[in-house]
Amino acid sequence: MIMAQPLNILLAGFGGQGILFAGKLIAYAGLIEGRELSWLPSYGPEMRGGTANCSVCLSDEPIGSPLVLEPDVLVAMNQPSLDKFADSVVPGGKIIVDSTMCARLPERDDVTIFPVPSTQLAEDAGLKGLASVVLVGKMLREIGFCDPVALDQAIVKSVPAKKAHLLGKNRKAFEIGMLNEDGDSSPVCSLPDGWVAE
Amino acid sequence: MTEKVLMKGNEALAEAAIRAGCRFFFGYPITPQTELAAYMAKRMGKEGGVYLQAESEIAAINMVYGAAGAGKRAMTSSSSPGISLKGEGISYMAGADLPGVIINVQRGGPGLGGIQPSQSDYFQATRATGHGDFHLIVLAPSTVQEMTDYVFRAFDLADEYRTPVMILADGMLGQMMEPVVLPEPKTEFPEKPWAVTGHKGQRSHNIVNSLHLQPERLEETNIERYERYARIKATEQLAEEYLVEDADIVVVAFGASSRIARSAVNKAREKGIKAGLIRPITLWPFPEDVISAAADRAKAFLTVEMNMGQMVDDVRLAVCGRKPVEFYGRAGGIIPTPAETLAAIERLAESLEGGAR
Repeated sequence: MIMAQPLNILLAGFGGQGILFAGKLIAYAGLIEGRELSWLPSYGPEMRGGTANCSVCLSDEPIGSPLVLEPDVLVAMNQPSLDKFADSVVPGGKIIVDSTMCARLPERDDVTIFPVPSTQLAEDAGLKGLASVVLVGKMLREIGFCDPVALDQAIVKSVPAKKAHLLGKNRKAFEIGMLNEDGDSSPVCSLPDGWVAE
Repeated sequence: MTEKVLMKGNEALAEAAIRAGCRFFFGYPITPQTELAAYMAKRMGKEGGVYLQAESEIAAINMVYGAAGAGKRAMTSSSSPGISLKGEGISYMAGADLPGVIINVQRGGPGLGGIQPSQSDYFQATRATGHGDFHLIVLAPSTVQEMTDYVFRAFDLADEYRTPVMILADGMLGQMMEPVVLPEPKTEFPEKPWAVTGHKGQRSHNIVNSLHLQPERLEETNIERYERYARIKATEQLAEEYLVEDADIVVVAFGASSRIARSAVNKAREKGIKAGLIRPITLWPFPEDVISAAADRAKAFLTVEMNMGQMVDDVRLAVCGRKPVEFYGRAGGIIPTPAETLAAIERLAESLEGGAR
């Protein structure tokens, strides 16, 4: 285990951007490492065409409220989500932004902002729709919340058997995020041994 | 299988019900419990059971009545407005002494209300789910693991006491995923000699019925049922106590709000306030013995609920005027934050200090 601090993560964007899936990857990584965790999606009409968001808590203690109101990490995939949640990030927290989708970055100097053009990066690599997985890769690079091997296993667990042909694409998207050096980069983890991009 | 898996509360509960031997599920879609019915639709056929989406909530509960009357483990699930519709059928089940399990994944009310999590059906679950003198056993999970464990237990309790049992969950518990260990499938089930099954003339007829036109006979059934309720009250009260032993302020909270209350209690302790938590697991029978015992030494109680103040009445009955009982809650589908819950504990702590001076 790389990091034992409790981590409250909020992922937000449009419905269909893979917000819930990205949250699931983080949650599965926690499960694989035997940690306490919760994954709570927004649900109902706001999921249809509106904003989707997802709270993920990782901890070594039982989790109280699974609803993340003051995130340590915000992953924002569109401008409305970034505008809505940027102020709620705790001082010293991290904001990971899909900069393809967000023209304006928050004006806060007490948090670290990592803009990643993930939608563009994914499309350029033929991985349309996997921008959220790119951001999970970036998040792991910058925050090191789990062992990369655990996250790879999480990808294997989360890609349903019916969509097994997408496994390689998900791994590739994750790797693009892990290798992304834009913004403030303080890499705390490297690619796992024997990692082969597909 | 002791492996931890990651599941939504709604789905984990459905799987645990199947493993508890439920082979008859009758449902009707409503947010935020729909995944439960969807999971049953997917799984029940493979288990040789019946999944049926009824034409209404009222039809669904009456199908549970029928399956339970035939001695089978049966269940229905809904969310608040749908449970109101089931009220009549639940009363009939209680009147006919039928076991069965009813799941309420609560949302904000009254009326159609909203779809966000709430605990505003506490009165309905513990007081007046339907007409007539009766109670349900009501279990209140606070984690996905408890969603599975309590539904598994619910079927046994229902059979043991021949009563409907309700799991009172909410949208948060239904929608969230947590690691969960699923129970081993149950293989042995109690005999039900009262069930209305075919008997080829080998015994006298069994009758499942809630209509007794002779008032004396009807009173008898009520009295017998309340003797059973007395046994349930004496043996089945269940609550979790956390840091209660030396607590000045005892927070009482169930289900989802107990998680927030526990975080607030921890923060209060960090600030030097001796707070503790009692988490009722059975809402009926209400764990009045634990609350009453705590009232001997605590200075005050604070109930934390996702409603306008319902369980607080039961806490007041158990405390019986010996100590002040305050309430803090949010309604309409809003989950209270640990910070505002802590503030409520702090206000109560300050008022106690003021009184001592």
